[in-house]
Amino acid sequence: MSIAKPSLTALASIAAALVTLSAVLIFVIAPEDADQGFSQKIFYVHVPIALTAYACFGLGAWKAYRVLATRGERYDLESYTGVHLGTIFGVLTLVTGAIWAKASWGVWWTWSSNQLVLFLVLFLFYCAYFMLRFSVEPGPRRERISAVYALFGVALIPVSFFAIRLANDFIHPTVFTREGPQMTGEMFFAFCGSWASITLLAYVMYRVEVAGKRIDANLRELREALQT
Amino acid sequence: MSSGEKYVAAAYGVFVVVVLVWVAILAAKLSRLERETGELAQLARGRPAVGDHADG
Amino acid sequence: MSTYLADVAALAHKDLKLELRARDTLPAMLLFVLSTLVVFHFALPADAGKDAAYGLLWVALVFTALLGLARAWVAEREAGALDGLVLAPSDRSAIWLGKSLATLAFLVAAELVALPAFVVFFAPLDAAALAGVVLASVGICTVGSLVSAMAAAARGREVLLPLLFLPLAIPLVVGGVGASISEEPGTYLAFLGLYDAVFAILSWAAFEYVVTE
Repeated sequence: MSIAKPSLTALASIAAALVTLSAVLIFVIAPEDADQGFSQKIFYVHVPIALTAYACFGLGAWKAYRVLATRGERYDLESYTGVHLGTIFGVLTLVTGAIWAKASWGVWWTWSSNQLVLFLVLFLFYCAYFMLRFSVEPGPRRERISAVYALFGVALIPVSFFAIRLANDFIHPTVFTREGPQMTGEMFFAFCGSWASITLLAYVMYRVEVAGKRIDANLRELREALQT
Repeated sequence: MSSGEKYVAAAYGVFVVVVLVWVAILAAKLSRLERETGELAQLARGRPAVGDHADG
Repeated sequence: MSTYLADVAALAHKDLKLELRARDTLPAMLLFVLSTLVVFHFALPADAGKDAAYGLLWVALVFTALLGLARAWVAEREAGALDGLVLAPSDRSAIWLGKSLATLAFLVAAELVALPAFVVFFAPLDAAALAGVVLASVGICTVGSLVSAMAAAARGREVLLPLLFLPLAIPLVVGGVGASISEEPGTYLAFLGLYDAVFAILSWAAFEYVVTE
């Protein structure tokens, strides 16, 4: 996958345009929520970031599967980048989620938010991914072990989600409810715009990161070839 | 700014800052790659070009 | 198929025999789980309900299992035997299954001591709780053997294993504690069964990739 197709420049430009459009939709067009007031606007950035994190982990897992199926080294780089970006967006989910919790309920954390707890578990899991990766010597073995772990990650996502829901039955936390926004048309539009722009942004970041790593790897080979 | 606005600003702000930090890290990486390609170009210039037979 | 099962049985048998001779893992696990339960007695405030005790039981079980898992591949690694096993003509997943069964045997042995002690020290355990322990133990050993093999390939493996294992163990703890304290343990037991099925299949399929060079 070279930096050329589909044209990264085009994608980045579209992403920039979408972000601008979304900002307008969110702050100008979408009405303020009757219950939560202005702080409801965090929803437009928090939920798309969470969805993007899932998408990145999914991408990482798909590339991981390709690593195992084809033994292609290029997929290892792409899988790693997917997991890497997923973790970044995962942390962002936790942070924006905490800010939103503070704004809505006055606490920085609540165990009753299934999504926040799920992301905490995933954060722990994927941090371990990096520890694993950097403890193993680079080579085909590391590629395979990382790939297997990334695949376990996506299996863990639904399983953990069920576990967390089940856990709520007996942990009896102080339940904070947040009425799912009865979204007006404009709000839904703003949400979709935001979701599309953040997803596209993440994809552009992914492509840039992969290209950077690939150039790095090629240069190393080139250096070795030139110095012999 | 009301407190609601502060939180919204914080949430969006964190997102923007993280993306910018990512850009900064990539920029640093890019300068390093730029320097390395320069060094490799030097190395390559120092060698005889392929197919250059110095037989007079 | 029968050679596969024969290989699995032979591998598990080998591990059990080694342990019976060396006696280093199992006594450690037994002592560890008992000590942990005693520590928990001091860690629980006086008015903590029964439910808190069940939670701590599961913490004790998970960490005792980690102790056993940490030692799971040591024998093979030190003798360089893992490469030999991998080169053998049998299906490599048989290695994983044999190891899981052996580890499960050790864990069950530890539980045979831990559970009565828990009942005596803390609170009674009903059939649902015991079923939860059995189902969760299966999950711990299947996933744990795979993850332990991953850690074995890495530096700093003693520290790495808990980091890799604990997030995966969270659903098991939820299922186990739920089965112990909930009015309707059926959901939790079904969930544990689901976890076991999904992750056993994944571990079985993935082991080969983890262990070959």
